[in-house]
Amino acid sequence: MISSNSSKENNHSTINSFQDLLLETNALTKRLFLQLMRRPSTLVAGILQPLIWLILFSALFSNAPVDFLPGGVSYGKFLGAGLIVFTAFSGALNAGLPVMFDREFGFLNRLLVAPLISRSSIIFSSVIYITSISLLQSFVIMAAAALLGYGWPGFAGLLLVFITLLVLVFAVTALSLGLAFLLPGHIELIAVIFIVNLPLLFASTALAPLSFMPMWLAWIASINPLTFAIEPIRSAYENSFDLNSVLIHAPYGELTGYTCLFTLLILTIGLFFLVRPLLNRKLT
Amino acid sequence: MFIIELKDLFKSYGGIDALRGLNLQIPKGKLYGLLGPNGAGKSTTLRIICTLLEPDSGEVLVAGRNALLSPRMVRQQVGYVAQEVAIDKILTGKELLQLQGDLYHLKRSFKEQKISELVERLDMGDWIDRRCGSYSGGMKRRLDLATGLLHNPSLLILDEPTVGLDIESRSVIWGLLKELRNQGTSILLSSHYLEEVDALADEMAIIDCGRVIASGSPESLKKKLGGDRVVLRVREFSDDEESLLVRSILKNIEGVYEVVINKSQGFSLNLVVESEDVLPRLREHLNEENFEVFALSHSRPSLDDVYLQSTGKTLMDAELELAGKRDLKLEKKQSMR
Ligand SMILES: Nc1ncnc2c1ncn2[C@@H]1O[C@H](COP(=O)(O)OP(=O)(O)OP(=O)(O)O)[C@@H](O)[C@H]1O
Ligand SMILES: [Mg+2]
Repeated sequence: MISSNSSKENNHSTINSFQDLLLETNALTKRLFLQLMRRPSTLVAGILQPLIWLILFSALFSNAPVDFLPGGVSYGKFLGAGLIVFTAFSGALNAGLPVMFDREFGFLNRLLVAPLISRSSIIFSSVIYITSISLLQSFVIMAAAALLGYGWPGFAGLLLVFITLLVLVFAVTALSLGLAFLLPGHIELIAVIFIVNLPLLFASTALAPLSFMPMWLAWIASINPLTFAIEPIRSAYENSFDLNSVLIHAPYGELTGYTCLFTLLILTIGLFFLVRPLLNRKLT
Repeated sequence: MFIIELKDLFKSYGGIDALRGLNLQIPKGKLYGLLGPNGAGKSTTLRIICTLLEPDSGEVLVAGRNALLSPRMVRQQVGYVAQEVAIDKILTGKELLQLQGDLYHLKRSFKEQKISELVERLDMGDWIDRRCGSYSGGMKRRLDLATGLLHNPSLLILDEPTVGLDIESRSVIWGLLKELRNQGTSILLSSHYLEEVDALADEMAIIDCGRVIASGSPESLKKKLGGDRVVLRVREFSDDEESLLVRSILKNIEGVYEVVINKSQGFSLNLVVESEDVLPRLREHLNEENFEVFALSHSRPSLDDVYLQSTGKTLMDAELELAGKRDLKLEKKQSMR
């Protein structure tokens, strides 16, 4: 009744290991999306939170004097860029949670007894999943900001937004996945996410420009990676942006758009190399 | 030919020695049972065989391959059904099986055909398109078994496959295991149910405290013990004095090897006798001394007797003794990757 033709050639789907890697990564990613479709609450919450901020905060400052902000932009437009980044950031910070639950419930063991071509597929699937939903959430916020009349970047600007968010999301995802293997359980991981999330937002230029801050906070804000993502995106909303122009007047010097992006990239690569040995150890 | 050879395995978890020089050779194409009380090291052994865990020292050969050097080869050959069922509650059974099939790189047509075969064989048709979160324990086990079988493994490893299951699921699983064995799949299962190993296994090993203390077919192990078992009472509840007296009578009867007084069972007398021919003689002698036989039961030696003989305690006692020492929460934490 149970067919037992165990000749492996017959059962095996693909001919090379790259295809196998695609197959397993695809299957694992599909699982994450099925989970998301059936439990969309985190996705929705990840959109609602920044949306409410966008509406309430911009209303709070809607009667502020016209030249209240440098360059005379409206507060809503100023805030928009900050919240786009914040949305992607908090989305990516959750990257470790599914992995942590798989560790705790033993599902990871199921993956580890399977003859995966490379256990990187476990990591790849998480990265693909979290990147897509973080970017999706950010684009919803962008659309909302546009509807509220806070503008929409042109084609080049859109590309800049996309690249900046992508680099930031990779960095944060690496961090979160590292934590998912380092910390003992989901309670601890959620605690870290909770502690990191809002303070990083407040200590960045998302809600107010550097010139509004006391020196100590300006220092923190101008080494905060969020700021390095926020400022290029803010400039992407201007009609003609120039990445060679100075975007951050940090206490330690002037930073151009390119410097911001380059710093983010270095951070991402650095985190990748920091987290990789940990993942390797836990997954072999 | 051996499908599994384990040589001198040692494994400790932060000071707790789980395996202390375990040696085991498991022949191909057999249903092999690993019997031992809680904490004996069964799961640890199975996890090492399926490459989830590395021993501190020792050699692991599975299907002729060194599991420590080429784990992927071994994973392709092995289907593993863990002790704690790990399924994704949000997926349906079918989706889980498809995921599993992709992780083993199965051809799509083969995968679909195999899934429907297993679903039918394990009688899961009504449930397969529902989410796993709604499954009963028995249904989860069946699904878990199906995932272990999807890629036609030549070796199937099951860690306590029927613990806590309803009778129907249990018989479905037993039936399938026998069928697979008859078709040539090697099966290794652990259990602390004597009956399970006795009923299913072609060969078995008893493990205790991280070592193999006896191995062979259940029949041969029992035979090695020799003699039949008799439990005898002269009254429902006897006492110390009386039982000692009865014992001295019984001991002098020809064909009686041993008489033990079991205080916890109302001073019943447990005898090892040559054969059932001795039984009438027991009655005669007791009647001569004015004792009546209130109850008498006779049996062949069981695996529990084998266990008793090898360790000096019954499986039940060993179970209770070890159960108190374990911190399951801590173990779960420590077994996380
Ligand atoms: N992850 C772990 N961390 C610490 N100790 C462990 C761990 N896993 C097992 N042990 C200990 O190792 C010994 C063997 O455990 P193992 O799980 O292999 O036994 P078992 O025979 O499968 O028992 P059971 O019948 O309860 O499943 C036990 O003493 C147990 O307490
Ligand atoms: Mg066990």
